[in-house]
Amino acid sequence: MSRDLDIKVHHLTRVEGHGNIVVNMKDGVLEKAHLSIVEPPRFFEAMLKGRSFHEAAIITSRICGICSLGHQLTSLVTTEDALGLEVSEQTVLLRKLLVHGATLQSNILHAYFLAAPDFLNVGSVFPLIATHKDVVLRALRMKRLANDIGDIVSGRAVHPITPVPGGFSRIPEKAELLEIKRRLLEEGLPDGLETIETMKALAGAIPQFERETEYISLKHPDEYALYQGDIFSSDSGATPVSNYLDVTNEFVVNHSTSKHAKYNRSSYFVGALARWNNNHAQLGEEALAAAEAMGLKPNCHNPYMNTIAQVVEAVHCILDSVRIIDRLIELGLKNEKPNQTPTRYGRGIGSNEVPRGILFHDYTYDNKGNIIKANCIIPTGQNLANIDDDMMKLVPEIINKSKAEITLNLEMLVRAYDPCISCSVHMLEVDFIE
Amino acid sequence: MKPQVAFFDFTSCEGCQLNKLNFENDLLDILKHVDLVEFREAMDDKADHYDIAFIEGSITSPSCVERIHDIRRRSDVLVALGSCAVNGGVNAMKNMHPIDEVRETVYGEDKYLFATLPAMAVSSVVKVDYEVRGCPMTQQDFLKLLIALVLGKQPPKYGSPVCVECKLKENECLYNRGMVCLGPITRGGCDAICPSFGQFCTGCRGILDDPNIDGMLEVMTSHGISLDEAKKRMQLYNSNEVQL
Repeated sequence: MSRDLDIKVHHLTRVEGHGNIVVNMKDGVLEKAHLSIVEPPRFFEAMLKGRSFHEAAIITSRICGICSLGHQLTSLVTTEDALGLEVSEQTVLLRKLLVHGATLQSNILHAYFLAAPDFLNVGSVFPLIATHKDVVLRALRMKRLANDIGDIVSGRAVHPITPVPGGFSRIPEKAELLEIKRRLLEEGLPDGLETIETMKALAGAIPQFERETEYISLKHPDEYALYQGDIFSSDSGATPVSNYLDVTNEFVVNHSTSKHAKYNRSSYFVGALARWNNNHAQLGEEALAAAEAMGLKPNCHNPYMNTIAQVVEAVHCILDSVRIIDRLIELGLKNEKPNQTPTRYGRGIGSNEVPRGILFHDYTYDNKGNIIKANCIIPTGQNLANIDDDMMKLVPEIINKSKAEITLNLEMLVRAYDPCISCSVHMLEVDFIE
Repeated sequence: MKPQVAFFDFTSCEGCQLNKLNFENDLLDILKHVDLVEFREAMDDKADHYDIAFIEGSITSPSCVERIHDIRRRSDVLVALGSCAVNGGVNAMKNMHPIDEVRETVYGEDKYLFATLPAMAVSSVVKVDYEVRGCPMTQQDFLKLLIALVLGKQPPKYGSPVCVECKLKENECLYNRGMVCLGPITRGGCDAICPSFGQFCTGCRGILDDPNIDGMLEVMTSHGISLDEAKKRMQLYNSNEVQL
C-alpha cells in the first residue's frame, strides 16, 4: 500500500521525562520511525567531577526520582568497589529489601497508572477513580506499602537517606521490620494476587506483536538477579560487570539527547522482560504461577508483555521481602556503623538491576577520595535503539489501521518499556508526517 | 469553582512530581478540592489556562526558556517546586565548570549537538509567586501550600535553620559524631529528616537569608575537612546562591 504517513507525538504522556514519537512514511516506504528524546541534558558525569565519595550517591540518586534508590545503591557498590570497602551481610540484606520495595513501587505505578489506562481506553488513571474505585484503591495501597518499605528502611522512598558508603546511617528496628512483614502478608500478598486477576482481564488489550531481539540482564548464581551479579546476554551468555563497556557500546544519535547502545546486534532489550527471559527459572512457584495465569511464557518476544513481567516481579518482590526480613531477624539486627575507611583508591564499576533494566556506574577516585572521572549507563538509554527497531517492524505490520490507532499502538509500545527519560539523558512526543 | 491546577516538569529528576503520585492516602481527597488539568507524567489531558501552575525543574536550555514563558502567560499563580526550580539545585553544580568542558565530558565530539545553558532557577526567567523547597520537596510542605492557596491564605514561611528542628527532635549533634553538617545555615521546614536518620544535612532547602558563611566554613574546617571540601559541600545544592 503506497501510503504517506506523518506522525508526530509531541511530549508523550504517562512516561517519565520528555520524548517525541516521529514516524515518516512516503509512498509506502517507511523512512523514519523513532523515539526522539528531547529532555534537556543533565550532565551528571560532569557534575560528579571533584566530588567526595560521601556525596556521590547523594548526587546520582538525583538523576531520577523514580529510580533514585537504584541509582543510589549502584553508586554505593561502585564507590565500595573503587575504595575497597567491605559491607556486612546485614547491609546486603537491607539493600535487597530496599530494592524489592523500589521495584514493587515502580512496577505497580507503571502497570496501574501508566499502562492500564490504555487497556481501558482512558487518558489517565483519574477517570478510573469513578469507574474502578476498588482497583485504584488497591493500586494506591500497594504503592503505599512499597513506599513504606523505603520510608522505614531508608528514611525516605524518593531520594533515600540512610544508605551510605559502607552500610547504613541508621538501622531499622526489629518491630518496624516485623510490621512490614505483617503488612506484606496481610495486605501485599492478597493485593498482588488480585492484581494478577485484574491484569488477566486486561491482557486481551495487549497488542500481539513479536520481534525477537537480544535480551540483556544481570544473572546471579543464587537468586533472581536484582542486586549485583554478572552481565548475561541471551545471545552470547555471561560476562563480568567489569566488561560493561564491551556490552553497552554507547553512541550518539542526533534525534536523542540520550545516547543509544548496542552489543551483538543493532539493539538490545533491558528491563523486566529481559530479566524474565534470562532468569525466570529462579523465580518462586507463586511468581511462576502468576506468569502462567497472565499468559507470560519464557522467551517471550512481545515487548508489550514487559508490563506483565513487571507484575510477575511484583509478586516475587512481595514474597522475597518476607524471606529477607526473616533472615535479618534470624541474624539479629546489629547497630553497625558504616565502614567508611578506604583501603585503596582507584576505579570501581558497579551494576544492579533497577526496575527499567540493567544500570552501570563507573567512577575513578583520586587518593583524597574525590571523583576524577564518572560514567553512568542507564537502562532507558540502552533500550532506545531497541524501541526504534520495534517501531520499524511494527509500523508496516499495522499500516492498514487508522492514524489514530497506529499512534496509540506506538505510544503503548514506548510506554510498555516504562521509559525513564530523566534517567536516560541523564522522553515522548509522536510526530505523524502525512 | 474548583481551582484548575497543572504540573510541569523541566530539567529535573521528576521526583517532586512523583512524590505527589505518592500521596496514596490523600490523593483522592485532594482531587475533591482541585481540578487537575495537566500532569504529563500521569495523564494525557492538556489545558489553556491554569489557576495554579506548579513548576518542577531548572531552566537549562533555550527550549526551557520558551516553554516557561508560555506557561507563565497562561497562569494566574506560579509555584516553584523543589530545589531544581527554586534555585537550580544540583543541576547548578555544572555551572561551576566551564560549559564547554561540561558538554565535552558527556557528548565528546558531539558537544554542540544539543543547546544547553547554565542551570537557572525558574525565578531567573519569569516571576515566581510561591516556592516549595527541598530535594525532594516534602508532601507535607506541598500540602500546606496547596491548602493555603485553595483557602486564599498566606502559606507558611521558614526562617530558622535546620538545627532548630533537629534540637526539637532531640537528635545528638552530628558534629559530635564526627560528621560535617550544613544544618546551621540551611533553611528549615524539613523536620531535620536527614540528621534524624543519621545523615548530614546537604543544604537542599537553600541557605538562610542572612547566613554566617565564614563562621560555617570555620566550623566545618575545624571538624577535619579542607576549606576546598567545605566550600564544595556548601555548593552541592546552592551553587547559584553561594559564591565562594
